Amino acid sequence: MDWMQIVAALALVMFIVFLFPRARYMLENSPKGSSSDWMSFLIPVIAIILFVMLLIQLV
Amino acid sequence: MDQDYSKKSRAQAQSGVETTNAQVIEINDGQSATINSARSRAGAGIEINKVLRNTYMLLSMTLLFSGLTASISMALNMPPMTYLVSVIGGMVIAMFVLPRFANSPAGIGIVFLITGMLGFGLGPMLSMYASLPNGGNIIMLALGGTGVIFMGLSAYVLATRKDFSFLGGFLMVGFLLVLVAAVANIFLQMPVMSLMISSVVILIMSGFILYDTSRIIHGGETNYILATIGLYMTIFNIFISLLQLLGIMGGDD
Repeated sequence: MDWMQIVAALALVMFIVFLFPRARYMLENSPKGSSSDWMSFLIPVIAIILFVMLLIQLV
Repeated sequence: MDQDYSKKSRAQAQSGVETTNAQVIEINDGQSATINSARSRAGAGIEINKVLRNTYMLLSMTLLFSGLTASISMALNMPPMTYLVSVIGGMVIAMFVLPRFANSPAGIGIVFLITGMLGFGLGPMLSMYASLPNGGNIIMLALGGTGVIFMGLSAYVLATRKDFSFLGGFLMVGFLLVLVAAVANIFLQMPVMSLMISSVVILIMSGFILYDTSRIIHGGETNYILATIGLYMTIFNIFISLLQLLGIMGGDD
């Protein structure tokens, strides 16, 4: 294990520690989405998955 | 005498007009409140369009600037550690310095500093992919794919005007879990896990594009400097992940 991996791991851990309170706040205070809201999120997500699969085929 | 009469009648007429106006205002009190409300809505709409326009303008300029710094980094043949140093430096400035200057013109300079550093950090990675037999193809596909994903998702939010604020907590928790997995994979070094992490990052960042764009158009984000850095980070992460995914699946990584 070289020093770059250790620095990368430390930086990621610091980033997690920094983001954790914000994530908890957002989780507690975000409005709840209805099933139609989640459906409107799933449609583009499925489109992205299909698009990425197409890109993989093109490599 | 005629003049006096004329003045008197003019004063009466004026007073009559004022009375009539007052009555109209009184009668139309409800309507005027509606008009005021419509005016304030129109004002807010103009403000939102201004934030959106400024965000996209600054975003396009920072992306071009990143491309320039990445080219310089490639030309200088920078070592691989440049990526790590640039990303850590850019993230520290974005998290601790930028919020303090987000409401001043200096904030624009800081955004260019961050995006320039991140672009510069990309240089060694792009050089590595460019040296592969189909590396040029992978880079162009990742670049084009990132552009299509960003424009497609932005167009989706702008066309539907859906409010994606409900995604906030879900995306943040998903992002934290991915970061934990990324830390684990630094030690585990599993290619399958790298593949999964890159795939999930693309989906989470796509969610952040929906969330951030929706926040702008619904007035949740009124600072175009912060909006730009948020969208830039999503584009940067999608590009890196797509590059890794196409590199691994292309069988040349």
